[in-house]
Amino acid sequence: MGEAVPRLDAARQREVVRALRAFLPERALLWREEDTRPYECDGLTAYRALPMVVALPETEAQVERILRTCSAMQVPVVPRGAGTGLSGGALPRPDAVLLSMAKFMRIRRLDPKARIAVVEPGVRNLAISEAAASWGLYYAPDPSSQIACTIGGNVAENSGGVHCLKYGLTVHNVLALRGFTMAGEPIALGSEALDSPGYDLLALAIGSEGLLVVVTEVTVKLLPKPQAARVVMASFDDVEKAGEAVAAVIAAGIVPAGLEMMDRPATRAAEDFVHAGYDTEAAAILLCEADGTPEEVEEEIARIEAVLKGAGATRLTVSRDEAERLRFWSGRKAAFPAVGRISPDYYCMDGTIPRKKLGEVLRFIGELEKKYGLRCPNVFHAGDGNLHPLILYDANDPEELRRTEQFAAEVLEKCVEVGGTITGEHGVGVEKIDQMCVQFGAEELETFHAIKRAFDPQGLLNPGKAVPTLARCAEYGRMHVRGGALPHPELPRF
Amino acid sequence: MLDTRGHAGVVAYEPSELVVTARCGTPLAELERLLVEHGQMLAFEPPHFGPGATVGGCVAAGLSGPRRASTGAVRDFVLGVRVLDGRGRELSFGGRVMKNVAGYDVARFLAGSMGTLALLLEVSLKVLPRPPAERSLRLEMDETSALEAMNRWGCEPLPISATAWAAGVLTVRLSGAQAAVRAAAAKIGGEPLAEDEARRFWEAVREQTDPFFSGDAPLWRLSVPSVASPIALAGRQLIEWGGALRWWKTAAPAAEVRAAAAKAGGHATLFRAAEKSGGAFAPLSPELEKLHRALKKVFDPAGILGPGRMYPEF
Ligand SMILES: Cc1cc2nc3c(=O)[nH]c(=O)nc-3n(C[C@H](O)[C@H](O)[C@H](O)COP(=O)(O)OP(=O)(O)OC[C@H]3O[C@@H](n4cnc5c(N)ncnc54)[C@H](O)[C@@H]3O)c2cc1C
Repeated sequence: MGEAVPRLDAARQREVVRALRAFLPERALLWREEDTRPYECDGLTAYRALPMVVALPETEAQVERILRTCSAMQVPVVPRGAGTGLSGGALPRPDAVLLSMAKFMRIRRLDPKARIAVVEPGVRNLAISEAAASWGLYYAPDPSSQIACTIGGNVAENSGGVHCLKYGLTVHNVLALRGFTMAGEPIALGSEALDSPGYDLLALAIGSEGLLVVVTEVTVKLLPKPQAARVVMASFDDVEKAGEAVAAVIAAGIVPAGLEMMDRPATRAAEDFVHAGYDTEAAAILLCEADGTPEEVEEEIARIEAVLKGAGATRLTVSRDEAERLRFWSGRKAAFPAVGRISPDYYCMDGTIPRKKLGEVLRFIGELEKKYGLRCPNVFHAGDGNLHPLILYDANDPEELRRTEQFAAEVLEKCVEVGGTITGEHGVGVEKIDQMCVQFGAEELETFHAIKRAFDPQGLLNPGKAVPTLARCAEYGRMHVRGGALPHPELPRF
Repeated sequence: MLDTRGHAGVVAYEPSELVVTARCGTPLAELERLLVEHGQMLAFEPPHFGPGATVGGCVAAGLSGPRRASTGAVRDFVLGVRVLDGRGRELSFGGRVMKNVAGYDVARFLAGSMGTLALLLEVSLKVLPRPPAERSLRLEMDETSALEAMNRWGCEPLPISATAWAAGVLTVRLSGAQAAVRAAAAKIGGEPLAEDEARRFWEAVREQTDPFFSGDAPLWRLSVPSVASPIALAGRQLIEWGGALRWWKTAAPAAEVRAAAAKAGGHATLFRAAEKSGGAFAPLSPELEKLHRALKKVFDPAGILGPGRMYPEF
């Protein structure tokens, strides 16, 4: 690739620390290796790098000065929330300041009547719903990582959850953002009204992977909590039948609150881990939830059961009470860590496909398991076509990591081929940057770079992520023709 | 003037995927008829403002109808676009799947940009099933009570899909499962509207053919937080979106209307008027104006697409 991997320069580090120390308290700066080591990666542990400096600002004024200082000194800045991201979006650089927003933990205002919460970006996703619970309200997007991930990270990735088919993604549930551009200029996007004058900059900022703005305040929409919810667990003896059952539910005019699928290896791993009561003999299980008033739930559950039966479900269980409903979901929500127990490492992919292509893509993944000699359980946000194949590998074996990356690349390119996308919710980061060259042409990529320049002319905010340079694509294209074998697979690919 | 109506037709529609892709010149009415045949709909309930409305115009204008407050706006349902930018380059953003975070979300960003950034060639939209049951209720209430009621109901899990208040009468539409609509109707009370009458009423609100919209006074659209207190201007008012949209037929000076909207935490657009020389849209902050100019340059460096259509400066 074009860019050389930068190295940590001790003299430069001293200079930057001195400049930031001029206005930041000592506790807000880390630069000794033992202190910065915990920040070397996010949830994508295959990629690691030590940051030059970690800054932990506590006020917006400090964020602004950090950005102004770094802009003046030409130091790149990498924003970070809780570091649960799965695409390396918060991966540090040895020549950059890692800007941790972890201390922005206050809920500034919660207005139950207006159904909004104004929160700082370091507030955990679940903490918003917990704070709203006493008014019968909640924040709808619920990524499986919701106990740990921050709303700032959610905004940057446009995160989804198991309920987003009905309730939308982050972009559908955020009303306004405040923050700073890399130059340290304050910006406010959106409002507490339902729209704002001018272009929809909110839509651009959400999902921009920390490349356009540093977010310091998020206004989210709160929804009234449904009175009741029940989930149907259905077994299928064939994965494709389960896929067709999903289509049948949608075709019947039902928009379930959640519609998730797990194949047998994923089901077994989850069952061993949390004892959710899953059918471990089924080729795949579906979890299909209805919510609303008790009467509405009964009506919908009956329709869902009839459709699933008609689609060939071999077993149907409906949750009888809230405890059982949560138990059924616990296995799905813990699917990643459960898979983590059966393998030293796992590599989580995130393609979205038209649902009707599910069978084709799963067959393809099955063939790749054989080709690369690696196992790959699948969990699937079936309702919206977002597939998470989990390749099991051992990171201590560089050869296995290399095969894993090739496996992943082939799956993502397949997703594009069948009309889908390389990432449904985890973002491009550093991980899928090469596949961006497959999904987009040079002119779209150029447009992305131009948008980046409109916000950050110096290109200092989270550089090297999300959008590949055209030079990089040219090189990847060449390599790809040779069979996808990357030189120096052990090096992090910035 | 570029007439896009020749570029018409639905390119792909798979009801079980909840996605439809249509060329920009496809008549909106034709697309909606196709969706109805499959029990589906454009959930943002777009206004047509005449028989000639096209899919591209609908997305470019970014206007949503009565269902907006409960289900979302046009931009919430845009999944992907194919466009021609100001340099004549054909570009594709987003796609035909529900979740897609590859690259900046340019497709949503272009919704509502009034054709000033790119010419839409094709759009992919998320569609939803039509609700199995629908019922509209009418209640007599003054403005303060109506605002209070709409916001109170908004805090409860009720299947309200539209609200409209004018001249002391609040109309509420419920949509959803039979049981949910029945339970909510009992809770809200009021007089039920006959099915036909209800359909005509919501269509007239959406299309602005309701008598409220007649007359020569300028029509202002005030988008404010739903909980904003009553806004006092000379003239007549129609409130939608649970309180978040306040239409005013008023001859009050633009500065007064804009100040009232800003004070309420929102913004005002001069929606229809004989005289629009003062600009239709609320002015932007200097930081945002700078970003708008920069983004306009990205898509249309020569400034040939709808110059001055949104703001005189670009
Ligand atoms: C077990 C597990 C399950 C998961 N399940 C889901 C799931 O169901 N759905 C889903 O969508 N994701 C899921 N994720 C991925 C991850 O949790 C989300 O992407 C989450 O939004 C990241 O939040 P974070 O606070 O950890 O952000 P980080 O990982 O710290 O950062 C993510 C990105 O956000 C940027 N960023 C962070 N804060 C700011 C800020 N204030 N301003 C600007 N940029 C910022 C960073 O630069 C980076 O690019 C899962 C991850 C794990 C480990």
